[in-house]
Amino acid sequence: MRTHTSQAADRPAAAVIGDDGLDALIRALTEAGRRVLAPTEHAGAITIGDINGLADLPRGRGDVQAPGRYRLTETEDAGWFAHGPTAEGWKRFLYPPEECVWRAEAKGASWREEPTTTDDADSADTLALLGVRACDLAAVAVLDRVLGPEGAADPRYRARRERAVIVAVDCARPGGTCFCASMGTGPGAGDRYDLRLTPLADDPGSRFLVRAGSAAGADLLARLPARPADDAALAAAEATLNAAGQAMGRAMPADAEARLKRNLEHPRWNETAERCLTCGNCTSVCPTCFCSEVEDRSSLDGRRAERWRLWDSCFSVRFSYLHGGSVRESGAARYRQWITHKLAWWHDQFGTSGCVGCGRCITWCPVGIDITEEVAALPATAAAVPA
Amino acid sequence: MRMAPADAATAAARPMPEPRQETAPAARTPDLMAPRPFTVERVTRDVSDTFTLELRPLEGPPLAFQPGQFTMLYLFGVGEVAISVSGDPDRPERLVQTIRAVGPVTRAMTALKPGAVVGVRGPFGRPWPCAEIEGRDVVVVAGGVGLAPLRPAILHVLARRGQYGKVALLCGARTPKDILFRRDLRRWGGRLDTSVAVTVDRASAGWHGQVGVVTKLIGHAPFDPEEAAALVCGPEIMIRYTVQALNDRGVSLDRIYVSMERNMKCAVGFCGHCQFGGSFVCRDGPVFRFDRIADRFAVREL
Ligand SMILES: Cc1cc2nc3c(=O)[nH]c(=O)nc-3n(C[C@H](O)[C@H](O)[C@H](O)COP(=O)(O)OP(=O)(O)OC[C@H]3O[C@@H](n4cnc5c(N)ncnc54)[C@H](O)[C@@H]3O)c2cc1C
Ligand code: SF4
Ligand code: SF4
Ligand code: FES
Repeated sequence: MRTHTSQAADRPAAAVIGDDGLDALIRALTEAGRRVLAPTEHAGAITIGDINGLADLPRGRGDVQAPGRYRLTETEDAGWFAHGPTAEGWKRFLYPPEECVWRAEAKGASWREEPTTTDDADSADTLALLGVRACDLAAVAVLDRVLGPEGAADPRYRARRERAVIVAVDCARPGGTCFCASMGTGPGAGDRYDLRLTPLADDPGSRFLVRAGSAAGADLLARLPARPADDAALAAAEATLNAAGQAMGRAMPADAEARLKRNLEHPRWNETAERCLTCGNCTSVCPTCFCSEVEDRSSLDGRRAERWRLWDSCFSVRFSYLHGGSVRESGAARYRQWITHKLAWWHDQFGTSGCVGCGRCITWCPVGIDITEEVAALPATAAAVPA
Repeated sequence: MRMAPADAATAAARPMPEPRQETAPAARTPDLMAPRPFTVERVTRDVSDTFTLELRPLEGPPLAFQPGQFTMLYLFGVGEVAISVSGDPDRPERLVQTIRAVGPVTRAMTALKPGAVVGVRGPFGRPWPCAEIEGRDVVVVAGGVGLAPLRPAILHVLARRGQYGKVALLCGARTPKDILFRRDLRRWGGRLDTSVAVTVDRASAGWHGQVGVVTKLIGHAPFDPEEAAALVCGPEIMIRYTVQALNDRGVSLDRIYVSMERNMKCAVGFCGHCQFGGSFVCRDGPVFRFDRIADRFAVREL
């Protein structure tokens, strides 16, 4: 991976930019041949899409997010990045929902491998991710552990990830379902960014403190119209984060892992299952859910074969299928798998929580099941009577 | 359930090893999902729905493996399934795999003839702790095709017979016609230093052996429960009752090793399908020391 340094030598450690700086940043990324992805307004929601310039970024657009509800709003100030977590995260660009991972043509009794498009390092897009929230950056760190050099090392994920430039934007106003502060993942971006923008409290939508997190970020920063950050700017950035941290409407109980592990047979699972539609929305919007199906396909004449990796969800019955029946037939067992994996088993598997507190699963659940509420509903000690 | 006494100065008090990690994550190559072509050299029909393939790599070195490991076996354009290696670990030149035809992929594999080519990824997973249990009595309990992943462990032990105490092999099959590896069982049972018992769920005419579930064999099998290590593989329900019966006889849970089955799509720890609580069965199993999973094993639909 690229080496991330907190400060490149003789570069400004921090600077303040305004609209012109943001504009120059997008142009610099585009001119470098990158595909620039950022929050965009699409079909009544803010979601990640391609942008060509500053004009494509939503301005003065906020959102109301609540369990099972999402609505776009106008904000008082006409600033950038005034919205909460985007409808979908960045996962689909680093780890696409469908990907051919192997391809071959029959040759005699055997076969000859052919390159898949993504094997070819040069043909893959070189991404710039602009406007990555702290929670989503934490989610990228989680995916790095699962799929990146620290995990199973999916070469395609790794190639995209290593070449991507990440511009994080800290949150001035948390969304209605956010709880990153209680997960320790936000509202300020942690590591793994190239540039980090923090809205300044006095003018959150159009003036940003910019900090470089890598040599590439420092190079970019040096090319932007900016003024050096003074103490007042640093304090204004700090003030933004303090205010945001205090504005979180939700918190995950600190002992979530222990609560879940101690209550694997609690009656609550059946109660929640009565509301849960097992639709899998939560796993598809979750920025860290990585489960995949491997599908083998062949041409009609059987001469060509391909292997595809497709996003999958533990909410499907088929997911745990064994000859004779699935391990997790009941909705209760599948809901339990999802939440215990996110908040408990993930610690055993990857040494970190699988939930970063983005709140998407709460917003996009058709029946408004709230992951924080579900954990809080379990007793902090073992249930006396198993379900 | 009974656990090992913490202070007994017997062999049983030695801390029991965990299955070793065989696939070091650091050593993984970029083509984790690419099958390697192997030629089918021989096909043996074992019982009505079960057959054994002997495979040789088209090129490159043979597939060295540890008893209890499995591969992902691929039929071109059709699909891929997890299958245990059932061959002799001391003779890895031929990769031997025993398959029960139960669904689309395994059924399609019944048509394989010598000369056909299949794909292989692996070997994967943690093995039976054959070296670590040296010096102990060994009791092997197999249900149905569960004997396949145990066969390499049995061959390993019998090839080093002096290194182990008593060896008892207990097998269950649905009917006499379903008894797997009959020739092996006869050969092993013919040895004076090895006890073999076979039982069937349903007898048929001409069957003079035991009838009933395999757990019934545990009470009379010749092994010292304070000393023995048990290797168990079969359907989950069979594992449940077998562990109970072994434990009732005095085999502590940390001396019982079981091989677990879960849906598997990648075998390298990232498709998520094989999760069993905090473990990926493909990577952290399939062989588990039972005391490590006892809590989870008791939870339904986990
Ligand atoms: C570690 C391990 C070792 C195994 N060793 C052997 C062996 O030595 N011999 C043998 O005959 N079988 C073995 N199995 C079981 C074998 O993998 C399944 O019978 C096989 O996947 C069924 O596939 P199918 O497409 O023919 O049938 P279907 O039952 O239609 O399966 C469809 C899909 O479901 C999944 N699936 C179904 N049953 C199982 C299962 N029991 N385990 C895992 N995934 C399953 C697979 O993804 C399969 O592709 C093993 C399974 C595991 C996990
Ligand atoms: S579990 Fe919910 S809140 Fe946590 S990271 Fe996933 S979508 Fe966000
Ligand atoms: S098991 Fe479920 S919750 Fe866990 S990563 Fe997979 S889809 Fe997400
Ligand atoms: S089989 Fe994919 S994670 Fe284990």
